[in-house]
Amino acid sequence: MSTTVIAHAEYARQNKRRIKKNMKLGMLYVMLIGVAFIMLYPIIWLIGASFKSNADIFTSIGFIPKSFDFGPYIQGWKTGTEYTMGHYFMNTFAIVIPKVIFAVVSVTITAYGFARFDFPFKKFFFSILIGSLLLPNIILRIPSYMLWRTFHLLDTYVPLVLPSLFAVDVFFVFMLIQFFRSIPKDLDESAKIDGCSTFKILIYILVPVLKPAIISCALFIFMWTMNDFMGPLIFISSVEKYPLTIALKMSMDATGGAFDWNKVIAMSLVGLVPSIAVFFAAQKYFIEGISSSGIKG
Amino acid sequence: MKQLQKAIYKKESLIGLAYITPWLIGFLLFTLYPIVASFYLSFTNYDLLNAPVFAGLENFKRLFADKEFLKALWVTGKYVVLVVPLKLAFSLFVAVILNMNLKGINFFRTAYYIPSILGANVAIAILWKFLFSTDGLINQVLGSIHLAPVSWFGQATPALFSIALLRVWEFGSTMVIFLAALKEVPVDLYEAAAVDGSTKIKNFFKITIPCITPVIFFNFIMQLIHAFQEFNAPYLITSGGPMKGTYLLPMLIYDHTFKYYNMGYASAMSWILFLIIMIFTLITFRSSKYWVFYNDNGGEK
Repeated sequence: MSTTVIAHAEYARQNKRRIKKNMKLGMLYVMLIGVAFIMLYPIIWLIGASFKSNADIFTSIGFIPKSFDFGPYIQGWKTGTEYTMGHYFMNTFAIVIPKVIFAVVSVTITAYGFARFDFPFKKFFFSILIGSLLLPNIILRIPSYMLWRTFHLLDTYVPLVLPSLFAVDVFFVFMLIQFFRSIPKDLDESAKIDGCSTFKILIYILVPVLKPAIISCALFIFMWTMNDFMGPLIFISSVEKYPLTIALKMSMDATGGAFDWNKVIAMSLVGLVPSIAVFFAAQKYFIEGISSSGIKG
Repeated sequence: MKQLQKAIYKKESLIGLAYITPWLIGFLLFTLYPIVASFYLSFTNYDLLNAPVFAGLENFKRLFADKEFLKALWVTGKYVVLVVPLKLAFSLFVAVILNMNLKGINFFRTAYYIPSILGANVAIAILWKFLFSTDGLINQVLGSIHLAPVSWFGQATPALFSIALLRVWEFGSTMVIFLAALKEVPVDLYEAAAVDGSTKIKNFFKITIPCITPVIFFNFIMQLIHAFQEFNAPYLITSGGPMKGTYLLPMLIYDHTFKYYNMGYASAMSWILFLIIMIFTLITFRSSKYWVFYNDNGGEK
């Protein structure tokens, strides 16, 4: 008799604990969803707003438009200039694609040099590399503008693209060095005994191992270049050569006084599409890329 | 034998140097040269058309009497103080939540990461303007819970705050770095604490925070450097207004460079900004030995 009472009490207690635990878990989920909602709702609202009429945009919290109107997209795509959005997209890709290729190649080679070889002043060079990681770019801007001006290369994509051929994206050099260090050296040693040249070792042995890290580098460079505003603002001056970022800013200025907000919102959303597409296509590289990048403080 | 080794070393070192040559050229051309040049320029008057004229310390003297510069410096300081702690705290908060072992956590990880992927985008800055405008989403939400609407871009502090919020909103990369660090905290520490009857909150402050101080340090410095150089958000959202309340130093430098062509004066300003950033970075580095704990072999950075 008494044992069943005790068992009963024990059961009730466990039950209570379970309920309490579930409550806590439930609260956690509510919080997670709440924060996610707060962060994503602006985007959702804006997507809705891009279909709304201009009068509608600023009168409702709800994101579902009263009627779907693709007009803003069609008109926005035409832009106020003589070029369509497609033209500006192409310009952006004309900058981004060579830049990503240049950067990935130069960054990998430099990181290889630092991670696998001994040479005079290596420590000194490495500390310069780390130092330039912390260097505020703002100090370089005026002289680099003047540099490209003396070469008569302003208003071309050269100032935006060429420096990447020389591993100026030091953050990624640093990141890849950490990855190279995590690959055991025996791998290259044995290849060396087989008579492989150091360059072949890099291409045929190390790069395949490092592929995920290199891809995440490429993705970040892609994103950053897509989003670059300051660079084109300084170096590009003719409308014909403007990349997307500047074109968007222009469309905003052009409609500053008028009531064409839905057009601006629609085009801004279109401008986000490449970044979102790339993010979803390569999600795992983004999230794992940084978290395993050896940035351990 | 020894000679052979020497020869091999020599060859090896040449190869190593060859591999870093691209970077070395890049560094000399696109980093070192600009630093030296801008240092020289800061002591000159230069308008891009005529040759630079050496002016000694005149630019720097002028700076400290320039009300616009001092105001921009003050606003920049305010912005940095606002944005850096907010962003770090929020990123850490989200990282802690995402570090829990929950079902469907991957979905949340993606959802939380999207803003940061998009945040730096010009499109978002433009859209931000709409969210915070007088009849924008934020004020509509405030209205629906019976709060008075805020004139976000009508006053200096709310305007600065709305810009800071944009940067906090794109917390993703900071958060992921925190998340990676949280994963490295040894589980047995928590287990031992649980045996001693420690609470979760206590654990957070006594175990989690001390273990991830190196990463807090890293993120703090990175965010500090970024915040001092903020240009896009105020340029796109507020154009520095109202009443120059969000006119950050990088904007002032930009205007002096590309609007008024005061290259020398602008260089002097960027050097002051550079020195301020360096001083803060140095202070953080120096103070790090009092609050940053490396738990393994002296810590590798």
